Amino acid sequence: MTATALPRTRGHARPSPRRPLGIVPTGVLVLGAIYTLFPVSWVVVAATKSKAELFSTSTFAPGTGLLSNLGDLFAYRDGVFWLWLLNTVLYAGGGAVLSTAVSTISGYTLAKYSFPGRGLIFNLLIGGILVPSVVLAIPQYLLFSKAGLADTYWSVLLPQILHPYSIYLARIYSQAAIPGSLLEAGRLDGAGEWRLFRRVALPLLTPGMVTIFLFQFVAIWNNFLLPFIMLGDDHKFPLTVGLYTLLAAGANQPSLYNLIITGTMLSLIPLIALFLTMQRYWRTDLSGGAVKS
Amino acid sequence: MGSPKKGARAGRAGAVPYLFLAPAMALFALFMALPIGYTIYLSLRRTKVSGLGLGKGARTEVFAGLANYAAAAGDGELWAGWLRVLAYGALVLVLMLGLALVFALMLDAAHVRLARLTRISIFLPYAVPGVAATLMWGFLYLPSLSPFGEHPFLSTDLVTFSMANVAVWGGTGFNMLVLYTNLRAVPREYYEAARIDGASELGIALRIKIPILVPSIILTTVFSVIATVQVFTEPTTLRPLTNTISSTWSPLMKVYRDAFVTGDLYSAAATSMVIAGISLVLSFGFLRVVKNHAFGEG
Repeated sequence: MTATALPRTRGHARPSPRRPLGIVPTGVLVLGAIYTLFPVSWVVVAATKSKAELFSTSTFAPGTGLLSNLGDLFAYRDGVFWLWLLNTVLYAGGGAVLSTAVSTISGYTLAKYSFPGRGLIFNLLIGGILVPSVVLAIPQYLLFSKAGLADTYWSVLLPQILHPYSIYLARIYSQAAIPGSLLEAGRLDGAGEWRLFRRVALPLLTPGMVTIFLFQFVAIWNNFLLPFIMLGDDHKFPLTVGLYTLLAAGANQPSLYNLIITGTMLSLIPLIALFLTMQRYWRTDLSGGAVKS
Repeated sequence: MGSPKKGARAGRAGAVPYLFLAPAMALFALFMALPIGYTIYLSLRRTKVSGLGLGKGARTEVFAGLANYAAAAGDGELWAGWLRVLAYGALVLVLMLGLALVFALMLDAAHVRLARLTRISIFLPYAVPGVAATLMWGFLYLPSLSPFGEHPFLSTDLVTFSMANVAVWGGTGFNMLVLYTNLRAVPREYYEAARIDGASELGIALRIKIPILVPSIILTTVFSVIATVQVFTEPTTLRPLTNTISSTWSPLMKVYRDAFVTGDLYSAAATSMVIAGISLVLSFGFLRVVKNHAFGEG
C-alpha cells in the first residue's frame, strides 16, 4: 500500500529520511481526531460526575456519581428511557430490514432488466433524493392523521422504508456484482425470475445489502424530524425525541443536567459499537460502489 | 444511467420487472407523490371564516390562489430566517467540505501514520445522532460547564458559529470517507509516474488528486446544500439552552411553528414548497455551473 521512499527525497530537509512528509499528514489527522473525540470523551467523563462534582471538579477529572446517575436515569418516569432505547432499536432495525429488501430488489430490477418505462421509474425513484424531508414530513403527518395512524409505530416506520440513495446503491452493486451471463445460464436451465433473484442474485448482493442496511439503520436511528412531528405519546418516542424532551424539561434545572448527560452518553454506545464492529462493511463496500459508479 | 446489455432480454421477462418494482412504486406513491401533491394542494388553500367563526361550518376551506406564496414572500421573519441559514450554511459548507477534503488527502498521502485510527475517529460522529451531538456541544458551550471558560458561545454574535461547529463536527467524517474512498480507487501508478517526473506530494495532491475528486466534491456539496437549507435539529435542540434562538430561527422551524403551534397549515405548506423550490434551484443551479467548468474539458 505505501510506496517505497525514493532515495532522491533524502535531499530535502526532513526529520526522518525514511518517512518523508509523514509528519504533516499525521499531525493534521491527529488534530482532526482530537477534535472529533473531544465532546465524546467529555460526555463520558461528565456522566461519571455527581450533581455537585459536575459544576465543581475540573473538566476531565472522573467523578464518583456514575451509578447514581444511571439509577436516576432508569428511575426517570418509571424507566421510560429503556422504552426509548427499545423503540429506537425497533424503528431502526425494522425500518432498515424492510428498506434493504425493497432497495435490493428495486436496484436489481433496474440494473438487470430492460423494459419500457425503466428510465422513467429510475428517475422518479432517484429524484426523491432531492426532495427535502420537510415537504414530506408535515403532509405525511396530516395523511397519517386522516388514516387514524398518526402517533403510532407505523407512522415512524413506514415513511422511512423508501430510500432513494439505497436503491441507487443497490443498482450499482447489481451492475457490478451480477454477471448477465449467469442469469442467462439460469434462464436456459429453466429457472424462474424469482428463483434467479433468490438463488443467483441475492448471494452475490449480500455484502452490498449489509452496507445498505447499515446506512439505513444509522439514518433512522439518528432521525429527529419525522418522529418529532408524528408522535405525541412519549412511550413511542425514539431516543432522539426522548432526549430532546428531557432537555426541554430540564434546561432550566441544572439538577437535571446529570440525567441528560448520562442519557446522551448511553445513547451513543449502541451505534458506536455497531459502527466499530462493522468497520469492514463501511470501507470495502463503499469503495466497491465507488469503483463502478 | 447507461443500460448494461441494452435490450438483451426485453420482452422475455414480461411483467416480472414491474412486479419486482411494485413495492417501491407503492411506497413512492403513498409516501412521496401523495404528500407532495397534498402539500401543493394545501399551499393553494386558506381557511374562510364566516360570521364570528363559531359553530359548525363557520370555518370552511377555500381556494386561495397564490396568496400564501405572496404572504411567504412578504414575510420579514422568514427572510431573516433565510439570511441566518445562508450565513450558517456558508460556514458549514466551506468548513465541513474543506476539512473533509484535507483529511481525505492526508489519509491518502504516501507516508501517513495512524491512518486507520484517525480515520475511524474522524468518521465516528457519523454514528452520533444530531440531537446527541447538539446536546454534547450545547453543554460544552454553557459557561457553567464549559472547559473553555466563560466564552459567550450562545450569544447572538456567536450562536451561528457555535451551531455551525456542531454540523461540521457531525458531517466532516462522512464526506471525508466518500472522498477518501474515491482516492483509494485511483491506480497508484498515476502518482508513481508523477513522482518520477519530480512532482512533490503537494503537487500531486493539487494537480492529480483534487481534479479526480471534483465529481465527488460536487455531489457531496449538493447533498450538503440540501441538508443545510432544511436545518432544524440543531437549532431546535439548542433552543432550550439559550434565548438567542427564536422559534423561527430557520425557515423549517417556522414551517413547524406555523403547522403545529399556530395551526396555519396553509402557510406552512406554502413555505415548505418555497424551501423545496430553493433547495432544488440551488442544487440544479450548482450542478449546472460546475458542469460547464468541471466537465467542459473532459
